[in-house]
Amino acid sequence: MQESDNNQFRNPWEDPAAAPFIRIDGLRKEFDGFPAVDGVSLNIYKGELFAILGGSGCGKSTLLRMLAGFEAPTAGQVFIDGVEMTHLPPFARPTNMMFQSYAVFPHYSVADNVAYGLKKEGVGKGEVRARVQEMLELVQLQEFAKRKPRQLSGGQQQRVALARALVKRPKVLLLDEPLAALDKSLRERTQFELMNIQDQLGITFILVTHDQEEAMTLATRIAVMDAGRFVQVGTPTEIYEYPNSRFVADFIGTINLFRCHQRGNDGTAVVACEETGVPIQADLPEAELPDAFDVAVRPEKIRLSRQTPEGEGLTILHGMVEDLAYYGNHSLYRVRTDQGKLVQVSSQNAHRSAELALEWDEQVYLSWPKDCSVVLTQ
Amino acid sequence: MNAARPERLWRRTVIGIPYFWLLAFFLAPFAIVLRISFSDPIIAQPPFTPFCDPAQGLYLTADNYRFLTEDDLYWVSYLKSIRIAAVSTLLCLLIGYPMAYGIARARGAWRNILLLLVILPFWTSFLLRVYAWMGMLSGHGVLNQALLGMGLIEQPLKILYTDFAVYLGIVYSYLPFMILPLYATLERLDGDLLDAAADLGGRPRQVFFDVTLPVSLPGVVAGGLLVFIPALGEFVIPALLGGLDTMMIGKTLYDEFFINRDWPLASAVATVLVLILLVPIMLFQRISQADAGARR
Repeated sequence: MQESDNNQFRNPWEDPAAAPFIRIDGLRKEFDGFPAVDGVSLNIYKGELFAILGGSGCGKSTLLRMLAGFEAPTAGQVFIDGVEMTHLPPFARPTNMMFQSYAVFPHYSVADNVAYGLKKEGVGKGEVRARVQEMLELVQLQEFAKRKPRQLSGGQQQRVALARALVKRPKVLLLDEPLAALDKSLRERTQFELMNIQDQLGITFILVTHDQEEAMTLATRIAVMDAGRFVQVGTPTEIYEYPNSRFVADFIGTINLFRCHQRGNDGTAVVACEETGVPIQADLPEAELPDAFDVAVRPEKIRLSRQTPEGEGLTILHGMVEDLAYYGNHSLYRVRTDQGKLVQVSSQNAHRSAELALEWDEQVYLSWPKDCSVVLTQ
Repeated sequence: MNAARPERLWRRTVIGIPYFWLLAFFLAPFAIVLRISFSDPIIAQPPFTPFCDPAQGLYLTADNYRFLTEDDLYWVSYLKSIRIAAVSTLLCLLIGYPMAYGIARARGAWRNILLLLVILPFWTSFLLRVYAWMGMLSGHGVLNQALLGMGLIEQPLKILYTDFAVYLGIVYSYLPFMILPLYATLERLDGDLLDAAADLGGRPRQVFFDVTLPVSLPGVVAGGLLVFIPALGEFVIPALLGGLDTMMIGKTLYDEFFINRDWPLASAVATVLVLILLVPIMLFQRISQADAGARR
């Protein structure tokens, strides 16, 4: 959606003139002198579905709790819609949170749970009833209005939590591991429901998750977090295709890493690598490379063939299929190169009987173009 | 099939032991007390008409119960006991709730120390502790001496042998029974519920009354009954700390049994006391069942 034709930026974060909706500035939180969140800064724009992704203990939940007002920052500032929030208590913030545990009030009915926030706001009775009804319809729980939470399934309780958090029309909805407790089929459905709801209401979502798939499918942008800091912030594609570090590459999806030691003799596009025996073709960054660094290649970027592949800028390795797994829509191969390095390759099964039905112990060539080699200097 | 049989036997044994215990040491004695309450007192050993006289057949009389309604003494004792037990329970709740809340919110090591302090008085005999209060509250006891010494009062205050001393003794003695079940419910109170209420606009006070208190209600009820039930029949504290007008039913019961040796009347007093106690116990049953349902 573009506001005008002369808007050259498709996304607000690409536009240096766009005003951020949420501004996090040097935010820091220490527990007993140990920094859980170690000075992070971030701009989030209106209508984004922003994901903070990281392993357990990386500080992502602490960051979310600081945005909600449950934890007071040790240093730094938070602005929402231009208003400073840093030291406001949770009840005074235009944010609402959906908890990982759902935190549905056990002694209230579904309707009373959803109505709670409006009643605290002093909204009139008639309006409370109308807005609760509207929310219950949105999450498809109309028939359950009078039930107690203990009579609901986990997925239904979660929808109560979502309705309760949305009914106050917050400027920002915070979601803590929204899909973690759901089984697989419910996860996928809820995922799309969340995206639809976000689209309908235009509320800015910030979600925290340890699940890279959840972050990739839901988010407009992702911040990958480790040890209290952001390692990389970008769109799912950027994070997946252009990881800026070993950590991000490893964390998001599977990836093959080749340890490389020196720049190629011609100084441009070739990297010497002991693990492959042959130089790897890659677009090198302009900055000076360290003595040792990694080149990363995603499994689906590698092509398998029985004949020697030909083409410009290809890296070509030779090896033997050690393991293969058939997943229906695609197959995974683990190929041991002649130098003893195990490389993962995935290939789409586009045809019913693939012309290249590789078997165990078959000799194959692996190849990938140089723009699929990602040089990681961190 | 063969494997199931010893298991069933084992299960019956496990369930049977407490049943037998309750039957032999609670229900049977109560049945005897109930039977005595329908007898007449006589000067004999034991001091009541026999349960079943071969010559006269079964003899039952409701005289004792009728007497309970006729003499004001018993009504006054019951009502006073209920009042003292109820007020003491309320005081225990008001004092115990903040303490339990504080302990539940304290950090690991502190929490254990505080819990230990709550339980510590049990290591001294209950009777000894009540005697200690007598020493503190009497006319020339520690408390009066201190107040006189500070010049706050001219004459020693009469504290011992008053209702106030009884309240003090009961609240002091039964406070741990209020704190421990409250602590147990508050300790497993989900912190996310409180955060959620605050997040939705609840001020701290509102969060307490909207969430903390209702969710900890089973603990309030359990603690309340653990204080109310023994306090209602309390004998030692009113006997030692109370005045002549502190007529609690436990003391009345004692007097009937040991002073007047009117066992049938005393049995009737005890039976009515049990009936009065059945009301809160059934209430407790209902609430704890609802609570168990809520957690399922």
